[in-house]
Amino acid sequence: MRSVVRVSQRVQETPSTVTLRFPFDAKAAPGQFVMLWIPGDDELPMSLSYTEGDSKGVTVKAMGDTSRRIQSVRVGDPVGIRGPYGTRFDVAARNILIVGGGSGAAVLAPAADRARAGRASVTVALGATTRHELLFADRFRAMGARVEVATDDGSEGERGFVTGVASRLLGAGAFDAVWTCGPEVMMRKVIDAAAVRRVPVACAVERHMKCALGMCDACALGPFHVCTDGPVFDAGRLVDVPDFGRYHRDPSGRRVPF
Amino acid sequence: MADLTVRLAGLTLRNPFVLASGIWGESGESLAGAWHAGAGAVVTKSIGSLARSGFPNPTVETYGRWGMLNAMGLPNPGIEEYPREIEVARRAGAPVIGSVFGGDAEEFARLAARIGSTGVVAIELNLSCPHAEGFGTEVGSEPRDVEAIVRAVVREVRIPVIAKITPNTSDPEALAAAAERGGAAAVSAINTVRGLAIDVRLRRPVLAHGLGGLSGPAIKPVGLACVWQAFGKVGIPLIGIGGIASAEDALEYVMAGARAVEVGTAVAVEGIGVFGRLARDLSGLLDELGIARLEDAVGIAHGAPAPPVGGASSDALLTRSP
Repeated sequence: MRSVVRVSQRVQETPSTVTLRFPFDAKAAPGQFVMLWIPGDDELPMSLSYTEGDSKGVTVKAMGDTSRRIQSVRVGDPVGIRGPYGTRFDVAARNILIVGGGSGAAVLAPAADRARAGRASVTVALGATTRHELLFADRFRAMGARVEVATDDGSEGERGFVTGVASRLLGAGAFDAVWTCGPEVMMRKVIDAAAVRRVPVACAVERHMKCALGMCDACALGPFHVCTDGPVFDAGRLVDVPDFGRYHRDPSGRRVPF
Repeated sequence: MADLTVRLAGLTLRNPFVLASGIWGESGESLAGAWHAGAGAVVTKSIGSLARSGFPNPTVETYGRWGMLNAMGLPNPGIEEYPREIEVARRAGAPVIGSVFGGDAEEFARLAARIGSTGVVAIELNLSCPHAEGFGTEVGSEPRDVEAIVRAVVREVRIPVIAKITPNTSDPEALAAAAERGGAAAVSAINTVRGLAIDVRLRRPVLAHGLGGLSGPAIKPVGLACVWQAFGKVGIPLIGIGGIASAEDALEYVMAGARAVEVGTAVAVEGIGVFGRLARDLSGLLDELGIARLEDAVGIAHGAPAPPVGGASSDALLTRSP
């Protein structure tokens, strides 16, 4: 069933990223997503970046036309919400490495919140093109996580990809879980690096979606549907899926290389 | 254990539960998954000449267990791209029925010839999508159009042709009869029932396209009535579609005259495991009713005297065959 709610808060997180908060009292877990409907425009799967309490939130990066239009939503505007849908991060781990690339931090932050609430140790490797685009760095720090940064241009932290930081952290710490979200090529590298240390990885995957009910097949990924089998997958289930990190499907269902 | 084998239009299916078109049909891996989950056969997404993205979201509105309204808008990667998916499903062993949609008889024939060369075991013609301009119901509402399209397709292919008809007309069984005249090997009925949902707070239709098609348990009586009436009108086999979520639903369709059934919306409610469960449950139900072979039950609700309640019935009640 669908709810129509009014946006209660809009936060410009980075130059390209906006958070919309809205009243939505459904029970939700970190990793899950909602279908966010902008009336008259489109409905998109959005991972919840705030999962606790009655005020939920999503954090949107300006990419396609539609995400730009979602960003143009103002406080007080009505939006449709259905969900939450999908799988969640298993927050039982005690020493967690989080690896977020770009807007991937949106779904990882509430997972880190819950882990910290359960007194787990959280280390975050956070990557962005440039320092102003680092998403939720302050939020991670405020919850007591250790944050290590990589930027493409070297404007903060290490110059280069966040996978380098993640590999170094994996070598230095005794993590019992890695949670990652970001470009699939990045996640594949994180999975490979964690495999060397035998640390289990959970990754949040993004695909084009229509029904979000496990029916229409728009989000097919190998034998899985991202809407119902994901979006959070144990990496062990994904590594042998040939399309993971290599192909996605466009709205017509055509396989398109990343 | 009752025998669930179904012979239909020259095909032999291990059970009557066929994955309906549009469900798990975009990727070959998903079609294979439905087969591994226990489906008797799988129908592809409806494929057209060119890639189509379909309508913008929202494309579905849900009604809990009762069903859902959708207007996907026939998204598909196009006939040149799609055979790769069929190949994946075939390699997994699935009997694949290729679904196509076109704007006229010529386009249907061209698509059917192409998909017919990919190793599919049959072709289902989508003459009934209720919400795509220029396709589906718009070309499948008049018996003479249905007959012409089926005839054009049958000329082009050597595999069975199944006409999937719409309930959104005053006389669906006339469409079934037209398909038979055109040379169809079977008729599947029904596609979704045209419907609409409005969000009163937003004062607008929920679906981006406005009108959509209703599926799920809410439409079972509609589908049953179509099959029931078509059974009396045509000699070719019928495939029942619409709201099948239990073995009893399926057997209702069979007793109304269907030899097989297609399952779609139940996949969204229960997951793909629905196929294995339906087959197990149907076998148990037939045992309970004293029906040895599913095929013995085809059409027996037509003119049969009331069977004894709750027990094995005499063979005499179960002998009518279509």
